[in-house]
Amino acid sequence: MSGSAAKAMRGGDLTLLWGLVVLVAVLSILPLARLVLEGIAPGGALSSGVIGAVLSDPTTWTAVRNSLVTTFGGTVLAVVIGSIVACFVALTDMRARNAFVFCFVLPLMIAPQVTALAWLQVTGPSSALLKTLGLAPPLGTRNPLYSAEGIILLLGIQYAPLVFLTLRAGLRALPKELIEAGLAAGAGKLTVLRTIILPLMTPPLVAGIALCFVSSLGNFGIPAFLGIPANYLVLPTLIYQRLSGLGPSALSEVAVLSTLIGVIAMAGIVVQDLMLRRRDFRITTTSTAARPFELRGWRLPSEILLWALVLVILVVPLAGLVATSLVPSYGVPLTAASATLENYAYVMFDHAASRRAFANSFGLSAAAAVVIVVVSVPLAYFLVWRRSRMLRLLNLAAELPYALPGVVLAIAAILIFLKPLPVFGVSLYNTIWIIFFCYVARFLVLGLRPVASGYHQLDRTLEEAAQVAGAGLLRRLVTIILPLVAPAATAGALLVFLTAFNELTVSALLWSSGNETLGVVVFSFEQGGDSTYAAALAVLTVIVTLALMLATLLFARKLPQGVLPWRD
Amino acid sequence: MARLTIDRVSKTFGNYRALDAVSMEVRDGEFLAVLGPSGCGKTTLLRQIAGFDQIDDGEIRIGDTVVSDARRHVPPEHRRVGIVFQSYALWPHMSVFDNVAYGLKVAGVKDPERTRRVKEALALVGLEAFAERRPGLLSGGQRQRVALARCLVTEPSLVLLDEPLANLDVHLRAAMEDEFARFHERTATTMIYITHDQAEAMALADRIAVMDRGRLLQIATPSDLFRQPANETVARFIGEGMVLPAEVGAADSEGRCHGRIYGLEVSLRASPLQKAGHAKVCLRARDLAIAGPGQTGLSAHIVRTVYQGGFFRLEASLVRAPDVTVHLAVPEPFHHGPGDVVDIVVNDGWVLPATTES
Ligand SMILES: Nc1ncnc2c1ncn2[C@@H]1O[C@H](COP(=O)(O)OP(=O)(O)OP(=O)(O)O)[C@@H](O)[C@H]1O
Ligand SMILES: [Mg+2]
Repeated sequence: MSGSAAKAMRGGDLTLLWGLVVLVAVLSILPLARLVLEGIAPGGALSSGVIGAVLSDPTTWTAVRNSLVTTFGGTVLAVVIGSIVACFVALTDMRARNAFVFCFVLPLMIAPQVTALAWLQVTGPSSALLKTLGLAPPLGTRNPLYSAEGIILLLGIQYAPLVFLTLRAGLRALPKELIEAGLAAGAGKLTVLRTIILPLMTPPLVAGIALCFVSSLGNFGIPAFLGIPANYLVLPTLIYQRLSGLGPSALSEVAVLSTLIGVIAMAGIVVQDLMLRRRDFRITTTSTAARPFELRGWRLPSEILLWALVLVILVVPLAGLVATSLVPSYGVPLTAASATLENYAYVMFDHAASRRAFANSFGLSAAAAVVIVVVSVPLAYFLVWRRSRMLRLLNLAAELPYALPGVVLAIAAILIFLKPLPVFGVSLYNTIWIIFFCYVARFLVLGLRPVASGYHQLDRTLEEAAQVAGAGLLRRLVTIILPLVAPAATAGALLVFLTAFNELTVSALLWSSGNETLGVVVFSFEQGGDSTYAAALAVLTVIVTLALMLATLLFARKLPQGVLPWRD
Repeated sequence: MARLTIDRVSKTFGNYRALDAVSMEVRDGEFLAVLGPSGCGKTTLLRQIAGFDQIDDGEIRIGDTVVSDARRHVPPEHRRVGIVFQSYALWPHMSVFDNVAYGLKVAGVKDPERTRRVKEALALVGLEAFAERRPGLLSGGQRQRVALARCLVTEPSLVLLDEPLANLDVHLRAAMEDEFARFHERTATTMIYITHDQAEAMALADRIAVMDRGRLLQIATPSDLFRQPANETVARFIGEGMVLPAEVGAADSEGRCHGRIYGLEVSLRASPLQKAGHAKVCLRARDLAIAGPGQTGLSAHIVRTVYQGGFFRLEASLVRAPDVTVHLAVPEPFHHGPGDVVDIVVNDGWVLPATTES
């Protein structure tokens, strides 16, 4: 118990903390700083030439316009669908809520490129589903989804769950007295909804909108599948084309484009902040959640409508996808005679790249999940239990790579890793490690949030009891804290795994031969016209995703509410 | 060796002074109770002793080692204190045995010895049979005992207990109180026991420290605290004391003096240093009685009588000072009720020393 021992111990705590600070800085601040530097000083020399060239190129502004059109359109659609559904789920006495929430949130967990692929299988002239039903439009008709409207529709469906999730969390926190006071004052249910509930829901709604905006802006899979064939380019697809066409020589140019998209995303976040700052939305009382409104006679019709929505946004496209994956070649109707599993056999056993992709995606996602949890447990310890201004900044830094579009991080990573690393002398560019770096950076916050909410649920005296027993920080983390936050950490790991497993944006820009991910292979099948293989591979990813989501429900009881998005 | 010295310790949260220059000296092997109303800073004091927070000012010494001052801070894991939390804080993922063994494991105590000591500790609290259970399956009192065993197994020189009995029902409390008392006798560790239950503090403690709004008001044996409160707050807080103004004469060397309360001549106890003049007097219910024939007393209107089994608790407001209410126990039979006027005699009282209490 000497003074020097005490100092050493506190030194140990500090070492861990600073290790985490450096790690987060490397994952978050370094890439963004490098990106901005490239814009100002391309190739190391201060110059405004590239910025000028990019900004005076009309293609840039067409892409910006297209990005804004699809992003706004998609966001509006997502907000309409998401908020209506959230009101029903959180405020009324509808039945089978858990099953409904699971189905409704599923599109969020399915990769955007798979959603796009699935919808393409429903609407085109070669659609196996439509052919089977005899509804297919004549050959040579353009698939109506190859358009801005198509992109908007799918973005809306993909991200409606985001609005739903934030709004539902807000509605859950709404104290019942506020609603009851309105009812007692003689207001009808709809009046209460309009005059009390929705105004108070402004913060979560705005947060949901901002999230939706940033996600739509950064989405690559949907505009890649629906926009590139129609030559309708948005910023992420423009960056992709420039980079894959010209290679690293276009780096300075795409760095400027990435910065541009980052700036637009930041603008969205700033607008959100401003909107919320103007008024006081603080809810003062805390009590149990509101009792559900009784729908009475409207219950069954509402339920039918909601499930019809699930049918349209989930079942039909997946059916289309499955149908395509089962026909021998694209354009053949699916019948008992034509059905075949050959596509599955091909992608699972014959095609080397997709076999590799399975291994790569599994390995990358699992490794990212493990690393992120290992970082998140001590990081959340400091963030939740040792609050300070520096830690708030650290939290912000950890959020940044996920808040910004994936292309931004990917381009930044290329800039950092193109040249060999200073000390080690090896280059990560064109290896799987650059993808791994991006996954850890981008998805860190997905693992961190559940772990942090796990800490919030924990009684801190449990840790303090170990502390007075003489246990140092590391020992406490391993023997006391880790077992107690394990369920939340597992949920975080699964979220990271699922997101990384379905990811395309980053790997589309960073993959190299031998290092393909599943998203990349699905994308290249589809680009090469092999829709049946693409569909088979996509179905397999959906199955893995679904299986993991269902598996989490087994231990969902032990988790803080709201950690698993797909559980009510 | 396990003397605890707290020297003008202050702790602020934001601009709220949770501890305001608190000083006390706890002797080796002493059982000290800390008593005070909710929010007065008891838990905060305990947390500073354990080292969970850094103090703003002052000094804390355990034995001869300075563990906290404005600059130095020995972290809790190096203070070798034991603590029992109000919530028990048992680790739910470990068995009772592992909970108790944890501190020994951390200290590197190897196995035959470790198991022996854990078993001993569990035997001490009567829980040998529950070693393999998870804490979640135990009753409140059993959890309490596990927490105690866990805290004692490492033989800390100083044990801190934060309202350890607050979550238990009345019967269990009485049983556990006995256990604590026996326990302290057997182990002779220094114990600091936080409670807001006066009876508990009086029953267990060698000395009691009374706190209010972050300050230490008095530290004394239970009997001294009751008989000779240091100031008005303590007088009112402990044993529902009544504080009345009086004119007193100078005390003799025995500590007795004459006084006059609302015109009534009384004989009082006081500090031998007490000077003549205005003073405040602390009266206990047992110092008061209904005047017998031929006795003079203070006339008072009865406000309320409450039957309490064998006697009445009587509350009355003085005729000469209607805003002063006194209370006393009156044996049955007693046939007066609210509104009646009775004479109350004062048999004893304590002259509060003149202080600069704010
Ligand atoms: N971490 C903290 N931050 C801010 N204020 C605090 C903190 N801890 C305690 N306080 C405040 O300090 C005061 C004393 O708190 P403390 O917990 O010590 O009271 P207590 O005497 O233990 O009360 P109780 O009998 O209710 O447990 C309270 O007003 C409390 O709100
Ligand atoms: Mg307390």
